[in-house]
Formats: sequence, structure tokens, C-alpha cells
Amino acid sequence: MNHIKKECVAMLLAGGQGSRLYALTQDMAKPAVPYGGKYRIIDFPLSNCVNSGIDTVGVLTQYQPMVLNEYIGNGQPWGLDRAHGGVHVLPPYETAAGKSWYSGTANAIYQNINFVDRYNPEYVVILSGDHIYKMDYSKMVDFHKTHEADATIAVLEVPWEEAPRFGIMSVNPDGTIYEFAEKPKEPKSNLASMGIYVFTWSKLRQYLIDNENDAEASKDFGKNIIPAMLDNKEKMVAYHFDGYWKDVGTIDSLWEANMDVLDPNVPLDLLDDSWKIYSRNPVMPPHYAGLSSKIENSMIAEGCEIEGDIDFSVLFAGVTVEEGAVVRSSIIMPNSVIKKGAVVEYAIIGEDCVVGEGAHIGERPELVEDKSQWGVAVIGHHVNVSDKAVAPPKAMISKDI
Amino acid sequence: MASMANVLGLIFANMHEQTLPELTKTRAMGSVPFGSKYRLIDFPLSWMVNSGMTQVGIITKQNYYSLMNHLGMGSEWDLARKTGGLHILPPYGRESAKVYRGRLEALAGAAEFISESNAEYVVMADSNVVANMDLRPIVDFHEKNEADITCVYGRAAYPEERALAQTVLYVDANNVVYDVLARPAISGEMNVALNIYVMKRKFLESLIRESECRSLYSFETDILQHKLRDYKILGYKYEEYFEIIDSMKTYYKATMDMMNRDICREVFSLDTPIYTKVRDVAPAKYGIDCNVKGSLIADGCQIEGTVENSVLFRGVKVAKGAVIKNSIIMQDAVVEENASFVDAIADKDVTISKDRSITGSENFPVYISKGATV
Repeated sequence: MNHIKKECVAMLLAGGQGSRLYALTQDMAKPAVPYGGKYRIIDFPLSNCVNSGIDTVGVLTQYQPMVLNEYIGNGQPWGLDRAHGGVHVLPPYETAAGKSWYSGTANAIYQNINFVDRYNPEYVVILSGDHIYKMDYSKMVDFHKTHEADATIAVLEVPWEEAPRFGIMSVNPDGTIYEFAEKPKEPKSNLASMGIYVFTWSKLRQYLIDNENDAEASKDFGKNIIPAMLDNKEKMVAYHFDGYWKDVGTIDSLWEANMDVLDPNVPLDLLDDSWKIYSRNPVMPPHYAGLSSKIENSMIAEGCEIEGDIDFSVLFAGVTVEEGAVVRSSIIMPNSVIKKGAVVEYAIIGEDCVVGEGAHIGERPELVEDKSQWGVAVIGHHVNVSDKAVAPPKAMISKDI
Repeated sequence: MASMANVLGLIFANMHEQTLPELTKTRAMGSVPFGSKYRLIDFPLSWMVNSGMTQVGIITKQNYYSLMNHLGMGSEWDLARKTGGLHILPPYGRESAKVYRGRLEALAGAAEFISESNAEYVVMADSNVVANMDLRPIVDFHEKNEADITCVYGRAAYPEERALAQTVLYVDANNVVYDVLARPAISGEMNVALNIYVMKRKFLESLIRESECRSLYSFETDILQHKLRDYKILGYKYEEYFEIIDSMKTYYKATMDMMNRDICREVFSLDTPIYTKVRDVAPAKYGIDCNVKGSLIADGCQIEGTVENSVLFRGVKVAKGAVIKNSIIMQDAVVEENASFVDAIADKDVTISKDRSITGSENFPVYISKGATV
């Protein structure tokens, strides 16, 4: 065991597939999905950790970890290349007892009890790589301490009609949680769990071991650990968060969350120097807005070369938009090329794609009569769209067309 | 061919500052901002890295805080190495050294670093050339021809005012340098030295020792000119795009050259990139009704006005109704509503107030100094 103790260690669950992002998560885990012109989703929890003074982070990977592993690297872009602590990627591993994949969120942490123990922390922060938000975890840890809690769960007020989609907390006036319901049909509260937990490590450690020994359990925080702690009357408190928080688990929500960065009324300021979001920066020259370009209401990253029309769109690094091409209300991920005369509207184009000349991806909602047929069109990563090809609204393209 | 890992790089960060007094008032030549996110030292440093060199010393003289801040540990250039890597060499490197008068004295101050490098060859460069140079063929040329000193030069048609700031080489058909003119009053096509020199480390060390004994300090005068017959001094002609920054006018011209897509793609090639310090800012944000054409824009800019044929560094704000044409606007400068800024250069943190109008000319771009509010 290390002799230098860390008060708080963060464990970031990044092994999820994000199956509802379909083509976009076919060859990368959801936390690695690009967001906001230069980030990947995982930049948000990682930067929040650093900005909150947490310098030891375990990233638990399982599904398609290559992109994520390479991206995190030694953690230097986040200042997490530390001599003691820093960021560590923790994949499942084989033991003398056999091989075992992470079978649930709680099991993933269970299998890394030794990692956490090395730092002998008082508290462990459990995070996921699924959300876009800025949050000071140190305030939540302070809250945990002042309430002498065993577990603190970050909660957000959600509209009542959306409550059945979330894990819902029922809370006493003193902030203690007395009931937890996972995706209740008839919610008793509209306080949704954000999937951000602070635990007193000694407590959580025991619950993880007990849960593991229970053959019936599904080894999940929401299904097992939280209910078990509630049953045993452990002190559990709700920590209210009222900032911007967006789940980006579906195509629609990923598209909306990207459009949010263009909306000055949305309280997510990526240019705020006091809470920077760090990322691995591509080595590219500034972007070039060409003589025939027309760019409005958009976010354009470095390395782009634009000669076409861009409106209400987010372009990641190294994107080329040729003359006469139109990109409207869309997200173009790194290094993709939109050829002459192509039209991309209400669409997400993955990394390293080529949209051929005169191709048409997506459609404006006002031009679609049957609204049930309308939705964001998606071109997966590394896909070539041939000249004049058409991808209708809601299309999900993962092979060349 | 010599292994490039066995070649030591030395970059002079403060040379030629007198040619660019405005921009080097508070910073070293090497940290003069260029091309919307770079500093001039990024060029030689990236050439060395892209050519496979792993040991680089930066020789500084004064005003080197901004340079140190820029270079940090060298990790952006992949030079934060356990062995070798990046070393900043301030003056007063040893007890007997004074603030240097010329290149030879500067090298004397770095003698210990040079000898400890154990490198076979040394490549020296200044921080005043914009190009994307592969140094491997130059070292190769030096080795094959068994030269004592290889001088890299480019061919250019310069007026007298520019020649007056250059070292001009005369090179015969066998690449032998047979005459060297320092700051000559000539004009027309000429071979201008790019101030990039290759030598064997042992040879350089003997030059340094000899110069110290004889109180010599100018590499150009005391070695290239006076020892022209004693040593085998060869010229290597660099045939790709280059621009020497030797005045405000050429600084402006070299920047405007980057608007030429072919030149820009060559200089900032994605295969041999120019590395620079990362600043974690969001991508540039274009507002409603903004109008941007033919311009290079860095991350972190917020544009609501008109920008034409201009270069915007990171974090520049252009308010509604503001017009920027043929201009260079450095980091975090703000151009307020309805202000106009034409044929001009704004240094870092400048504010052009509402409704104000600044107009220079192509030959004499107006310069607004760092932090000023107009």
C-alpha cells in the first residue's frame, strides 16, 4: 500500500456501450464520442475532477476501449500525469480464479477494490461518462462530510413527465433520502439521480463485497448497492444540483446537446476560463474561412477548411466543406469531408467520413409531411457516401452508401 | 547517414530583435506570435522534432519569461524526455559568461550543455524564418560532403532595405561558399542566409574555444568571413517556401502569405506539423449575421462582425458591426461594436473601442502595442 494517502479518489465508469447511439458507438465506447467541436464526452467528468482538486481517477473500460485508451493516454491534457495518483485506465482482467468481465457497475468497482485501497481514501466519487455538465465535486464531498453521510447522491429536479426515465429519490426535508425507485411508472418525486455518488470508502467497500457474495444480485449501484444501503438505514443524503446537465445517450439528445453550445441562453459556457474543459488537442493550424464561405451561428474548430455555407452547426477539427456545399443544423465530427454541392441538414456525420458531391443527408423537419418519419440522420464513423447518394431523415448509416 | 537522434539542436531565441523592435519590446524574438496561434520559435523547434532530433537547447538572452511560459517542459513538442529533450539555456550559464554580444559568445555560454550532449552533429537555427523545413537532407549533405560548416540559404529577390538586414552568401557550382557579405547595400536576386548552420559538435567546440581565446564573438564576421579560406564552408540551397521576418513589413507579409492555401498547407503541413503550446479553449464561435471571408481563425474567437483577409489569434472578440480587414489581431484582443480595423496589427489584449477607426496601409501597417486601449 502507498503510504501517501489521498482523501478522495474518483472512479469513472466508462465501459458502457451506449447502444442507443448505434453507428456512433460501433467502434468506440460512449464516453469517447465527440462532443462540442473539440471534446469527447469523457472530457467533462475528467475536467470536473481536475477542477475539483481530485487528482486520482480510475477509468473503468470494457466495451471498445481502444479509442478511449489512446485518448486518455498518460492524462497529460488534463494535468493528470501525476507521479502519485493521476489517471489510470482499468480494464477487466484475468485472475488466478479465472476471467471475469465487469458484470455491472458495482462489480466493476468491486474488481478494482485493490486500486482504490492503494490510495487509502476516505471518500470515493463514482462518476459515469455519459453526461455533459460542469460540477464542482469538492462541494459535494464537503456536503457529504458536513452531513456525516455514508452516501451522497447528486440529484436534479426534472419535469414530472420525464421522471419515469430516471432513478428517482424521495427525500426528507433534512435532505436524507428515504426511498429510491429505478425508473418508476408512478414517480413519488421529481428528484432524479444524476449517477454521481460520493461514498465513504470503508462503507462502500463492505457493501461491494456483500453484494458480490449475493449470487442473486445484478451487481449494480442503482439496483443493489443504493437499495441495500437504504434498507440498512445508512445515512444517505441528496445533493441538489441546478446547473446544465444533459444525458447524451440517444441520437436526439446528442444532437440537442451539441446545438446547446450554440445557444447563448443555455447555461453551458465552454469559454468560461474559471472552469475549463480540457481535451486532447489535435495538432492543426487555425481554421480557414474561405472566400466563398458563409458561416453563421456555428462553432468551428481548428484545422477546418470552409468554402461552403454553414449555419447552426458544430464542426470538429479538420473538417473540409467544399464550395457550394451546405451544412445546416448538423454536427460534423473530426476530419470528415463534405464535397461540392452536398447538403447536410439535421444530421450527425461521424469521424473520417466523406460525403460525396451532390449527396443529400437528412432533411429539414418542415419539409417532411409525416412528422413521425422525421429525425436526425446519422452517418457512422469512417463511412463514404457516394456522389448524389441520399440518406433520409432518421437514417442510420454504418456502411458505405 | 547520421542518426538524427545523434544531432543536437540549438535555437537562438533572441537574435534579430532589433529588426522587430515593436513586437520584441516585451518578448523574445522566439515568442513573437505568428499565424493565429504560433510563436516564431515553433518553426525551428518543430523542424528539429519532425526531423527526428531529440535534444534541443534554447539559447536565451533577455525577455525570456514569455518564452519559458510558452515552452514549458516541452511536452507539446514531445520534448519532455527522460534523456535529452528540451533545455532552456539562460545567460549567465557559468560564472565567467557575460550577456553575450554575438553568436560565438552565446555558444560559449552553452559550452557545457553542448559537450554533455555527446551528439555527433549540431544544427543551429534562429527564430526568424517561417518555413516547414526537413533538416535531414541538410545534415546528410553536410556529412556526405565532409564540410566543416554548412550554411542553409534561400534564393530571393530583395530590395536594398531588406538586404541590409541579411547575411548574403556567394556559392559556386560545387556548393562552396566563396564570399560572405554581412548587411550589404545591394538589391536583386541573392542567396540569403537562413541562419541555419550544421557542424560537427567537436568542430563547434573547437571554434568556441578558439574564439574565447581571441575574444571573437560574431559567427558571421569572425568565422564565416575571416575563416572562409581556412575551413570547408558549404552552402545548402533550400528550395521550398520560406520567409525571413526582418521587419514589421515582412512580418505582415509572411502572415498574409498564410492566406494562400498552398503556402498555408505547406507551412502547416499535417504530416510534419508545426507544434505549439496548447491553450484549452472552445472552438471559435460565429454569431448571427457575422461575415467572415478569406481569414484564418483560431479557437476561442467569438465573431459577430465582419472579418476579411485577416488572421485572428485565440480568444479574439469581434463585436456586432465591427469591421476587420487585412489585419492581424493577437490573442484576447477585443474589437468593439462598429469599430473598424484595416491594414493594421493589434498585439495581445488590445481593445479597439466602440466606433473607433484604425487604418494603416499595406506597406506601413499600423501597430497597436500590447494591452493598449484605443
